[in-house]
Amino acid sequence: MQKEILKVTDLKQHFPIKGGIFGRTINHVKAVDGVSFTVYEGETVSIVGESGCGKSTTGRAILRLDEPTSGEVEFDGIDLLSLNKKEMRKKRKDLQVIFQDPYASLNPRQTVGEILQEAMSIQNTVPKEKQHERIVELLETVGLGAHQMDRYPHEFSGGQRQRIGIARALAVEPQLIICDEAVSALDVSIQAQVINLLKKLQKEYKLTYLFISHDLGVVRHISDRIIVMYLGKIVEIADKKSLFTNPQHPYTKSLLSAIPSIHPEKRRERIILTGDVPSPIDPPQGCRFHTRCPFATERCTREVPELRNVVTDNGHQAACHYVEDIEAGIMQPVR
Amino acid sequence: MGQPAINEQKSIPIKKKKSQRFKDFYKKFKKNKAAVIGAILIFLFILISIIGPFFVPYDPGAVSPTNKLEPPSSDHWFGTDHHGRDIFSRIIKGMSYTLFVGFSSVFLGLIVGTLLGIISGYYGGRTDSFIMRCMDVLLAFPGILLALAIVSVLGGSLRNVIIAIAVFSVPVFARIVRGSTLAVRKLEYIDAIKALGASDSRIIFKHILPNTISPLIVQATLTIATAILTASGLSFLGLGAKPPTPEWGAMLSDGRNYLYQAPHVAFYPGMAIVIVVIAFNILGDGLRDAFDPKSKK
Repeated sequence: MQKEILKVTDLKQHFPIKGGIFGRTINHVKAVDGVSFTVYEGETVSIVGESGCGKSTTGRAILRLDEPTSGEVEFDGIDLLSLNKKEMRKKRKDLQVIFQDPYASLNPRQTVGEILQEAMSIQNTVPKEKQHERIVELLETVGLGAHQMDRYPHEFSGGQRQRIGIARALAVEPQLIICDEAVSALDVSIQAQVINLLKKLQKEYKLTYLFISHDLGVVRHISDRIIVMYLGKIVEIADKKSLFTNPQHPYTKSLLSAIPSIHPEKRRERIILTGDVPSPIDPPQGCRFHTRCPFATERCTREVPELRNVVTDNGHQAACHYVEDIEAGIMQPVR
Repeated sequence: MGQPAINEQKSIPIKKKKSQRFKDFYKKFKKNKAAVIGAILIFLFILISIIGPFFVPYDPGAVSPTNKLEPPSSDHWFGTDHHGRDIFSRIIKGMSYTLFVGFSSVFLGLIVGTLLGIISGYYGGRTDSFIMRCMDVLLAFPGILLALAIVSVLGGSLRNVIIAIAVFSVPVFARIVRGSTLAVRKLEYIDAIKALGASDSRIIFKHILPNTISPLIVQATLTIATAILTASGLSFLGLGAKPPTPEWGAMLSDGRNYLYQAPHVAFYPGMAIVIVVIAFNILGDGLRDAFDPKSKK
């Protein structure tokens, strides 16, 4: 059994909506509403889902960039949410983040060297006299040169900046890196380079990745396991192979059917969902997907489906009452 | 200007880039003729206020009853006042008071306002509401009225005038800084620094504050003009500098009684105030244009 490095239990992130004259809280956006999963050491777990499903919020809540409303985030045996500000600052050394926008994630007033040096001195990972050496080493690790140390972020391309972001995360020698849409802003050829870099680094430094993305192609390339989210909840967790060949939840099925295929004759049937994603302010009762699910029944509007093992032995979990019935063809789509 | 630039180019490349940024700013600033004139004038004023008092023809406090209310002549360039004091000497001497009040009150207001604004913008929530409502209260008063109230409570003196002006310039700075802080706080690089475990003070002073500097410099320059005007106003009303002090506002007030017999007594201090205030205003406007990234040429 592998070692659990991150264990998230019933994580909730509700953002208050203020209004009225006195700024009272009128309602909450339930961005993440009870999410539980485990990440094992050395693996890459991806969280996928469409815009607004809470995948980035989950990442931010784990990092405590926004304080989660409730739940537990256990990292390496320690509950992060119970740490005070100072302890958390220390702990941040072990969890790093790579952001989506390589243009916004670097301070335009600092040179690359200054950015990396600051990371090291915040966490005191490298003694002062060795910092220069380490910066050069880091830059080379991510495929940049030592001569670029004194340049400002605006002198780099998007892909290069993302490499700087990666170098900054590596500067403190973390165990877990949360990649929040880390390659979404890059064009496809650069995406591939950065992903391969991430893979290489994972091998070298035994990193664990929590990879947040909406791009199923990228996810398929990099992940070991995949978590599918819909409207603040997990609908399916499975290892990559099982998920892509044998999706169980109706939402996952329609999501996967949206991947464009390069083989016209092999194109699978598209499952087109009707309607829009409901508002996370007032999510549907019961199964959150029932308003758009082609198989929804009256039970789905009442009972919240639990995440449960659906395919024996490989840990494939889905949150749907009727997985078996749909699979056996007993239930047919009604819309 | 030339000497340091050469030195910087010889040193490490980081410095070169910083001087490059300064050069761009300087280039844009140079194009604005009015602003350059303002800057030169202010430089001259500062020079005068430092070395001027050593070269004045008469002692600015020397009373000479035989020479009172004399019109401008080659002996007394700007004439004499009702005590026979040389107005030119008094104006030169008064320059240092005026600039001192302007700079020190704005400096005080700037420090306090920046701190309040950054705390307000960075922490948000109740802290923000509390600080900003207090600022709104201060803003609701017309500046001179607020200063008047403060000076009448604290008592009239140059020090209290400085305090009063600092108080009414605080909210302006607080607002500007809060605005810039709000804009920067949500950027991903702040999150990245936070995720690295940086303390709040590091984030505030190293990553947020530098972004607020350029609007602050502009606002400070413009506020100095207002501060000088207000200080003169208070002295004019007899609440600022005490009588023998050659403060321009007080001199203006003295001259008011002799407007018909000897208009020069009020005219010269009045002109001095106007020129200094205009110089700061055009410099402020020029700086604003030079700092504005959208006005790139």
